[in-house]
Order: sequence, then structure tokens, then C-alpha cells
Amino acid sequence: MNDIRTIALVAGVLLLLSIVTGVGQFLKRHPDRGIDAAAVRTFNMRIRGWWVLCTVLAAAFWLGSTATVTLFGFVSFWALREFITLTPTRKGDHRALFWVFFLFTPLHYVLVGLNRYDIYSVFLPVYATLFVLARAAVAGDYKRFLERTAKIQAGLVVCVYCLSFAPALLELHVDRGPEGISQLSSRDANFRLLFFLILLVQFADCMQYVWSRMLGQRLVAAAVSSNRTWEGLLGSATSTALLAAVLWWAAPPFQPWQAAIVGLVVAVMGFAGGMTMSAIKRDRGVKDYGTLVVGHGGVLDRIDSICFAAPVFYHMTVLVIGS
Amino acid sequence: MLAPADMPTPPLDQSVSRSPLCKITGLGLAGMARLLAGASIRWIASQPDTCQRVYFANHTSHLDALLIWASLPRLIREITRPVAAKDYWSRGALRRWLAEEVFNAILIDRTDIKVHQSPVDLMLRQAGDTRSLIVFPEGSRSTSGEVGEFKSGLYYLAKKRPEIELIPVHIDNLNRVLPRGEFLPVPLLSCITFGPPLWLERDESKLDFLARARRAVLSLKE
Repeated sequence: MNDIRTIALVAGVLLLLSIVTGVGQFLKRHPDRGIDAAAVRTFNMRIRGWWVLCTVLAAAFWLGSTATVTLFGFVSFWALREFITLTPTRKGDHRALFWVFFLFTPLHYVLVGLNRYDIYSVFLPVYATLFVLARAAVAGDYKRFLERTAKIQAGLVVCVYCLSFAPALLELHVDRGPEGISQLSSRDANFRLLFFLILLVQFADCMQYVWSRMLGQRLVAAAVSSNRTWEGLLGSATSTALLAAVLWWAAPPFQPWQAAIVGLVVAVMGFAGGMTMSAIKRDRGVKDYGTLVVGHGGVLDRIDSICFAAPVFYHMTVLVIGS
Repeated sequence: MLAPADMPTPPLDQSVSRSPLCKITGLGLAGMARLLAGASIRWIASQPDTCQRVYFANHTSHLDALLIWASLPRLIREITRPVAAKDYWSRGALRRWLAEEVFNAILIDRTDIKVHQSPVDLMLRQAGDTRSLIVFPEGSRSTSGEVGEFKSGLYYLAKKRPEIELIPVHIDNLNRVLPRGEFLPVPLLSCITFGPPLWLERDESKLDFLARARRAVLSLKE
């Protein structure tokens, strides 16, 4: 049963990627169709990004849950690097930052890998926060104290804590037995659940763009983002809910109506993540995290939606399993 | 950017043949420094080349010389010698070994500068006709993050050897990776930018030249 679903999901994704790749190449070869060449280029770049994403994820899934948790750990580390690079800190934060990067972030992912929810759910929000506050105070620099420590804390929560709930899905006991009682977690079901989350987030991002381009009238906050509209949000939430309901069989614990609600919430959270990161970027006067340092693709630009969606998705899954 | 294969082979130089251990340490340290400092390397209106050059940069961190050295393609790295302060780099056996054997640095005694033994003469003698140099004309690391006034050494270098290409280099964000007085690095992202070469103009005064060189470094900041 599990294998059939996994094969169906993989085949479906490959088919869909092949189709959009074909469309992209067709549009590239026929520039006379009246479609903006820049838009086609962006579209093709996006598709290439999906191929890379799917290949990396497939490799990590094949290697197992430890490899997947490690992969997400490195993504978190790199995203935090971009976040702190962009945020001005002072010399007094240096030692606190050292421990944040080399102790708290790796240790958090070790706890996620060991499935110690009781510890990792408070480790960064409570203990890392207390440490950063105390370490900055001991360093003897009180200028803009709360502002500086809040920046480090925000970076840790968004880039590390929130993102880690995506690989944490691998440790849940999601597959229901015939009596509706959850059994020992089966690897396939967990990986499908994680892929379901990533798929929904990516889809919601695209739909947000498509609906905004087609019907977008009212900007949510013109000063923060010039392409996120209420119409885009509504359209993306509806389409993502629909897709989730159609694909409910791929995500183990959900009934179709539950999957639809999950899809809706994921779309809204992804939107919230994008808006938040836009606000930070606007404040620092850069367009995306990638342009800050030339040659480094902005990891944070890619993962802002999933950072916000992952914890909510995780807890909704736990709720459904528990009921 | 040129791929190493496209580059002309460096001039043969028998004076320095380093042991395999030094070479491996050098490669390892260069790779580690670039990874740790998340360095992205840009060449603006400029290309890596094996001709004799002086790279001059703003000075913000102990990692500066290592990172510029590491940012150069390997063949060019072999013929490039950082100029460093003797008081820091000759303290302890490991540091001295790294400076003298691995980086092949020219150590300058900042406390003992005499007229007949000027640092510029020493640098030029050590550089010979083939070696490139990495220098920091501010003299010491800035604490404020601003680029300070340039000392006159660069001017005398340019005056004595007017044919050498002077390449401005701007180092961004490295002072946050390893600030002054810290020994543990924080892995933020930094940026090394190489600019177009400049030379001392005929009849250009010392002050004008130093100001122009400083502006050349600052202009790479964007």
C-alpha cells in the first residue's frame, strides 16, 4: 500500500516537472508568442530550481532520516548566516554569535534527530534566548541592547527553530493501522508527509504569483511588497486547499477535508513568511538575500515560506494523529 | 574570470620550493578560510594574472591577508607574498612557520624602521622581478570599520617600481567574521573585490596619489 502511494507520488511529480519543463523550453524557442521574454526566463530558472530541489530531496530521503535532518541543519546554518550578515550586530555580540552558530544550531538539530521534542521545543526559544541575553550583557556593551539580542533571537527562531519542524515530521508515528490506531512510523509515509508540506508551500508560492498577475488589484502592504495582493493570497489559499484535498492520499494521517484545511493554512503561513522577510529586506535596503553577497544564491529567499509553514503543519499533524 | 587552464604558466622560480606539507597546509587553510568567511570573490574590470602586481587592501581583520591570498587562483597564489607585521607573526613557532613557510610572507618590523633599511626596499628586494605582494597601506587594522588614511609606503613602492600593476582590493564584512581582539570566528558572509590596476601618474604628488589609491579601494565597496 505504502509503496504504491510513494510510486504514484514520485511518478506524478516527475510527470508534472517534465511537462512544465517542456512548456518552458517551448516558450523559450518560440519568442513570438507574445509572452514577455524575461518572464519566460524567470519561469525556466524556477523550473531548474525545482529539479535541483527534487533531486536533493530524493537523495536525502533515499539516504534516510539522519541524512535529511542533517541536510535541513545545513540549510538552517546557511540561512542564519545570511540573516545575521544582513542584520547589523555590534562587536559585543561576537561571542554570543559564535555559540549560536557552533553550539546551539547544531545541538538543536541533534535533538531533532533524536526526537527529543520535550527538549528541542524549548531549547532555542528559551535557553538560547537566555544565553544570548546574558552573554551580550557580560560582554559589556549596553547600546541598543534589546534590539541587538532580539535580532539574533529572531534569526534563530525563523531560520533554525521553525525550519527544523519540517525534518521533525520524519519522527512522527503517522501511519494508521486498520483499526485507526497509529502504528510504528513507516519511513515511506513520513517522507511523503514531508514532501507533501514542501509541495504545498511551493505550489502556494506559485499560485500567489499567478493569481496576483491575473487578478491582482489590492496590494496588502505596498511599502513592504509590490507584488503580494489580497487576490493573490485568496487565490493561492483556495488553489492550495484544492490541491491538498486532491492529494490527500499521499499524506498519511489526513482525510480529504483535513488536508484541505492544512493546504489553506500552509498557503496563509507561507504568505506570512514571505511578507515578513520582505519587511526585513526593505528595512535593510536590499532586494533579496542573494544580492547581498554576489555569487551566493539567497537561501533565505527560498525557504522563508516553509519556515513559517513548517511548525503549524507539524502541530496540525500531531493534532490529527492524536484525535 | 579566467579558468586556471587558460592562464599563462607562472615564470619559473627556483628560489622558493616549498615542501609538500606546506603546500597541503596552504591549500587546506585557503579552502577553510574561504568556506568559513563565506567569501565571494569578484573581479571588476580586472582579471587574475601572473604578471608582477601589488594588491593593496583595506585592513579590518587578522584574516585579511589570508583571505586575499586564498581568493587568488592557485597558480597566482604560488607567486604572491603577503606583507605582514613581524611583531604578530613571529610570536610562537606555529605562527612563524605559517607565515614563513606556508604563506611565504614578508615580515616587516613595525617598531624598528630605519632610513637605510626602509620596509619598501625590503619588500622590493624580496619580491624580485616576479613576485607579487599583498599590502595594507593603512598600516594597522581599523577599529571603526572606516578605511583610514593610507601611509606613504605605497607611494614609494610605486615610485621605485613604476611598471608594477597596483591592484586595489576591497574587503567587506570580514571585520565581523573576526573582529580585532577576538580569536574565535563567526561564519558570516564576506566579499573580496578586486579592481582595475592603477599606476603612479607622472608628476603626481604623494598626497594626490595616496588619496586616489584610497578612493580606488572605496569605490569597490558600492
